[in-house]
Formats: sequence, C-alpha cells, structure tokens
Amino acid sequence: MRVSPHKKYMAKKVTLPLTEKTLAELKAGDNLLLSGVLYVARDAAHRRMTETLDRGEPLPFDIKGQTLYYMGPSPAPPGRIIGSAGPTTSTRMDSYTPRLLAAGLKGIIGKGVRSKEVKDAMKKYKAVYLAAIGGTGALISKSIIKSEIVAYPDLGPEAVLWLEVKDFPVTVINDIHGGDLYVEGKALYKR
Amino acid sequence: MRTIEAGAITEAISRLFKQASYELGEDVLAALKKAKKDEESPLGREVIDTILKNARIAAEEKIPLCQDCGVAVVFLELGQDVHIVGGELYAAVNEGVRRAYQEGYLRKSVVSRPFSERENTGDNTPAVIHTDIVSGDKLKIAVMPKGGGAENMTRLGMLLPASGRRGVVDFVVNAVREAWSNPCPPVIVGVGIGGTAEKAMVLAKHALIRKVGEPSPDKEDADLEKEILQKVNNLGIGPMGYGGRITALAVHVESFPAHITALPVAVNLQCHSARHREIVL
Repeated sequence: MRVSPHKKYMAKKVTLPLTEKTLAELKAGDNLLLSGVLYVARDAAHRRMTETLDRGEPLPFDIKGQTLYYMGPSPAPPGRIIGSAGPTTSTRMDSYTPRLLAAGLKGIIGKGVRSKEVKDAMKKYKAVYLAAIGGTGALISKSIIKSEIVAYPDLGPEAVLWLEVKDFPVTVINDIHGGDLYVEGKALYKR
Repeated sequence: MRTIEAGAITEAISRLFKQASYELGEDVLAALKKAKKDEESPLGREVIDTILKNARIAAEEKIPLCQDCGVAVVFLELGQDVHIVGGELYAAVNEGVRRAYQEGYLRKSVVSRPFSERENTGDNTPAVIHTDIVSGDKLKIAVMPKGGGAENMTRLGMLLPASGRRGVVDFVVNAVREAWSNPCPPVIVGVGIGGTAEKAMVLAKHALIRKVGEPSPDKEDADLEKEILQKVNNLGIGPMGYGGRITALAVHVESFPAHITALPVAVNLQCHSARHREIVL
C-alpha cells in the first residue's frame, strides 16, 4: 500500500492520454501532474451522451483511451482562459459511468466516492479514478492552458469542453489493481 | 425609527457576495493553518497547503475560490425600529445577488423547476433568505454562498427523546461518516437541535455563520461541540478524504426547546471553502 504516514509524496509527471503502461504503474495515493488533453463533462452532458449511445449513434468525440474531468467552470473574466475550474462530486455521474468505461474511457477526474458498480467497471475495463482537490478551482485554473467547446454548446456551463492542461494536479484514488485511497487512507488514520 | 435605503442593502449584498467568493475569512484561514499543524498525514497536510495556496490566488486575482459559487443564502436580523425606503427588502437582496453574480464572474448555479425542466435562472436568484425581527434600529446581514457538494450531505433525524445526548452524538458522527469525502473535508459541522424539523434545520445552517471554531456561548452546547469534534476527527477521513486526523475544522451547535415527544437533530455540513461575510447597516 502506498498510503503511509511517513512517506513524502512527490508528484509524478504523467502525459495524457494515459497509456497502458502508465495505467499499470499508477497506485492509489500517488500524486500526479497531468499534461495533455482532457475532456470535460458533467451531469447534463452525461445524460445526453448516454441517450446518444442508446440510439446507437457515435459520441460527439472519440472517448476511447481518453480522460474525463467532472467540472463546470465559473465564467472566464476578461483576459483569462477559464474561470475557477475545480472538480464536482463524482457520485452524481455514477449511473452513467459504466457505459462510458465500456466505450473505452480510461481515466476519470472528479472528487468523492464512487459506487460499487463504477469501481467494478473500472476494474473490468482497466481504468483509473483520479481526484482533484475540491474547492481549489482558482489554483487548478492556472494549469489549464487551452479550452474549447466540443459539443452541446446549448448546455452553457455544462457543455462538453476540450482542455489542454499542463501540470494539472491530481491524486490517484482507484488504481487498476484494486487500490482505493478513500478506503485505505481512512483505515490508516481511524481511531 | 431609522430609515435604511433599499439601494444600500443591494450594494452591501453585492459587495459581500463578491468578497466571500474571492476571499476566505481570517477565521477560516486561521483554522486551516492550525489544521495543517495538527494533521499527521503528509498527504493531508499537502491538501491543506494547496487549499491555502488556492486562497491566496483567489484573493489576489479576484477569481472565485471554488467554481461552485453556491446558492445565495442570506440571514437578516432586522431591527423593529428600521423603516426600509426606496424599495422592497427581498427585492433589494435579490438585486444584490444578481449584481454580484453577474459583475463578479460568479457561476450561476440555480435552476427553476427542480424536478422537471431544471432551467438555469441566469442570475443565481432567488436567494434563500431567513429573517429575524429583533429589537433596535439596525439591519444585520450575513451572506453565505453555499456549495452543492456539502449541502447534499445534509441529514435530519427525528430522534426519540430517550436516545438523549448519546443519540445526538451518534447521529451527527454518523452523518459525517456517511458523507465521507463528498462534502470536501475538512468540514465545519453545523448542528441544530430541538424546535421542529424545519427549526432544527435553520439552526444547523445558522450555526455555520458563526466564526469558525468559536465555541457556543451555552456551556452544554459547547461541551457537545467538543465531544463531537473529537469523535469526528477519529473517523480517519481526513482532508478531502485521503485519510488523516482533520476531518472537521469545527463543530457548531445551536439548540432550541422542543416538543415533549421530540428530539429533532439537523446536520448541515460546510465545505472547507467556508465562505461567509457579514455587515451591520
């Protein structure tokens, strides 16, 4: 187990999209700095993507091998790429997630616990769950260097975005080997 | 009788919501710095350090601490000798909210028709307003942009009176345990005890506008706060749920007499981005 009260946590640099080799190396409790491409989708976009798959149509972007970020930014003030841009609670996306993992999604960034169904699906499809620190959207916005709308512009702050990020800070919660930081961390410090 | 212009209320509300959204209060910053010292988990300390760094960036660059700029919760204590002129009180409050969220680049997160169309109202109104009529000729305004992640972990228990103090402690600790990493710990635990169901809930919410870590003036409530805080911090959840000693920065209890058959307990959680500001007009 990586979670230790004595270990100093050095962040590992990781390039997106995630490769099979990287996915195998990641362990629950690892701090990462992600650079590359992320897709952003939250509640309403998930509902639409699921409806699209139900109709047998392709998703508005190729999700295979990609990483999704659960986020709805605050409006960008003049001169900024994006506003505050921290993670939202992942639990609300649980019912949609196994479907997207089956379609090839390899990484998810959010915050908060996932359902058993999602964790099982992540194990089955060898995908990882990463957490960004909720309530630090001002800091996180600094690691976003490009932002474009790729689908559902009518959803406003819930539209699907394409982001280019540099040294975007996350922590591995669920790795592909069954590690779970929320469970292990709590067990270690419980009295 | 003293008159207060509705426009002055609008202006105050707008300023307070912007300030609350960009700057953590001194009380919250002090509680976070203490938590960083007390936290045993290196990963937990790093999380708190990042939260403090975020607070510096948000304040310096005037961008929201969190993209979830919340529902606009407003507590008013209106002196009965105040006469408001030039507009209606709640309209003035909502106009202040509208201005803050539009001018301040705050995210508008309120939807109408919550169980069907869920259409964004576009300006984060209506605010949720709680008003107390008090003695005197002043108007005290406290604002709290309340994010969804922590609010969704709210619990109400109508306990049996026989479950007593022990029952209250267990109910609150269990609410925090079940919330786990979702409400963005370290949290502030607002607890309302007594009254009726809705009274307990308003007390729990009101408890969150108290300065973080300031004990209740009621000795019995203050003792309860201490006991619950210790038990909550023994859960091991830690900052953002990564494991650690500091699951809560504080527990704030408010209590009120209840019916002979009842022991209502409400738990309202506040995330570490504990945004609240107040002013007296």
